[in-house]
Amino acid sequence: MLGRFIERHPFWSLVIIVVAAALIWAVFAPWPEGLEEAIGKKKVFLNALINGVTLGALYFFVASGFTLIFGLMRNVNLAHGSLYMLGGYIGYEISVSTGYWLLAFVVAFAVVAVLGVILQYVVFRRMQGDDLKQTLVTIGISIVLADIMLWIWGGDYYQILAPGWLDGPTTLPLVSALKSDGSPVYLKYPIVRLVILLAAIVVGVLMWLVLNRTKIGMLVRAGVDDREMLAASGVRIQRIFVLVFAFGAGLAGVAGVVGGTFQSMAPGEDIRFLLASLVVVIVGGMGSIPGAALGAVIIGLSEQFGSVYFPTYAVVLTFLIMVVVLAFRPQGLIASGR
Amino acid sequence: METMETGSARGRLDPTRIPAAYWAVGAALILIPAVASDFVMVQIFARTFIFGMIALSLMFVGGYGGMVSLAQLAVAGVAAYMTAILGASAIGTISLGWPWWLHIPAAILIATLFGTLTGALAVRTAGIYTIMITLAIATAFFYFVRQNYVVFNGFQGFNQVLPPHLFGVDWRGSIAFYYLCLFWAAFAYLAVLYVARAPFGLALQGVRDNPRRMAALGFNVTAHRVAAYAFASVIAAVAGILMVWLSGTISPGAVAVGPAIDILVIAVVGGLRHPIGPFIGALIYVLLRTFALDVLTASGLDPHRFQLLIGLGFLAIVFWSSDGVLGLWERWRHHSQRTDPLTGRTREP
Repeated sequence: MLGRFIERHPFWSLVIIVVAAALIWAVFAPWPEGLEEAIGKKKVFLNALINGVTLGALYFFVASGFTLIFGLMRNVNLAHGSLYMLGGYIGYEISVSTGYWLLAFVVAFAVVAVLGVILQYVVFRRMQGDDLKQTLVTIGISIVLADIMLWIWGGDYYQILAPGWLDGPTTLPLVSALKSDGSPVYLKYPIVRLVILLAAIVVGVLMWLVLNRTKIGMLVRAGVDDREMLAASGVRIQRIFVLVFAFGAGLAGVAGVVGGTFQSMAPGEDIRFLLASLVVVIVGGMGSIPGAALGAVIIGLSEQFGSVYFPTYAVVLTFLIMVVVLAFRPQGLIASGR
Repeated sequence: METMETGSARGRLDPTRIPAAYWAVGAALILIPAVASDFVMVQIFARTFIFGMIALSLMFVGGYGGMVSLAQLAVAGVAAYMTAILGASAIGTISLGWPWWLHIPAAILIATLFGTLTGALAVRTAGIYTIMITLAIATAFFYFVRQNYVVFNGFQGFNQVLPPHLFGVDWRGSIAFYYLCLFWAAFAYLAVLYVARAPFGLALQGVRDNPRRMAALGFNVTAHRVAAYAFASVIAAVAGILMVWLSGTISPGAVAVGPAIDILVIAVVGGLRHPIGPFIGALIYVLLRTFALDVLTASGLDPHRFQLLIGLGFLAIVFWSSDGVLGLWERWRHHSQRTDPLTGRTREP
């Protein structure tokens, strides 16, 4: 597949290779002084790069649940941001009351997944195929949920504290600068963010494998293509859809805990992450797990680099990327290959 | 209502065929300033007309074009900002202070251009994707005006943007402003009614129902959709100018994501089938917004739960009737009058 891509797009392959090589050089080699003067310190660049990728990991957690539910099942769930925020608040309560950070993930996943199942039963099953109605009803649900959460938790900021073994920075084998005597200075980075990045990669690969290499993934894909035919051949399709919905919603809950640890929870985060997952999924391509990963990294990087190199319009940049992608490649960068 | 539809379908408006309800509502609206206080006139009715017009522009692209756009408030916002920037405001360093005959048409033109461009982008997508890209454009506009200090004055926006003193009338006065809003709302309403039955509107509804067949018949589907956005943008632009005059201020908060969704709520609660729907929705919304606090406090509930009340009400309406209050009303009328579901006319006994 890679070879075919190079054969079909020799020019773009060359561009991608050159950009990748430049990126690798910029990451690993110490920068000459002229370059540092032109675009700033290498440490700033490296931090933006890794921040962007780890932020992309967080976006991937939110957006992969969204892309599963939307892309595979054609269910428009604009309450996804509310599920994210609910997960974050629940994670906060659990980690404060029990002191176990990992338990927060399990409980947030379970509670939000159950809520997702309820949503699927009560809302989506009744209006299958009616996009507009699903949109409106889930907007209504998200307004109601947002206000209930504001009622319970108020307008304060909540941050989930990472456990001691994940606290503090670690040293990466990346040279950020050279001292005056020529000895290299290595980059220090918060360990919890790296662990979350790793977790996102593992979850992403697992999801792709389950969808593409297992029987249940086969059933999900078949159900998406032709649900009547699959139901006629004796498969209990609703059960599969409930399962996928629960998993996608649960992922949003997990993302909430991750987001609460990374950043903080406050009213308004639900809309922010709903928009972020919309943009990620549209840029990457609906219903595609690799697409969500690519989109998440692109949006995470653009936000971080934007806020470092042209801070005023960093937020606008994200939406510009989306508009450009929609204008020139409406199906997303990686079209639904699932 | 039905008799009027057949009457004006011939392109001629016969006053005797306009149903009594229209005369009654029209007379009531004209006579309101005689009895109502300034607060009711401006804060309730003028606001209703303005929100109703923005929702009407959403109703036009959504109801007749089948494209639900969340960017209509952004279009109104562009017009409002342009009025403040090209006209006069308290921010003298930015506002250009052009005369009214120049800055008002320019504001409408720029907002229409913006809306048409948005439409040209949005028609590349369908269904839920349209909602998403228009939501993204509205959000991008909100962030842009919040961050841009050179032209849009960032977080603070503009204040003291006032209607001009024209033809010997001070349009800032509540009665004058009420009639101004009423006039434009009625004009927009009639324009939508007219366009919906003009060849363009009929073709647009054909495009909504079956784009492939319309394309096969030789209609340019994309052009009709973009034109629908352009027409709706003019309505939203006029409403945007009235919106900035109403409060005298325009700031990013007025074009944020929440208000943009509120416009959708207004249009849907009112009903997307008929142009009167958005105005009904706007009246309900403005009344709720203004009095929910008092009602909640009076009934001993927490006044902060206003948003919950709106959300639950909206949820109930969209859950049981996809056509808003109009849909409920029509269902009730069909029950009581036993109209023929095919022609919509009352059955002869």
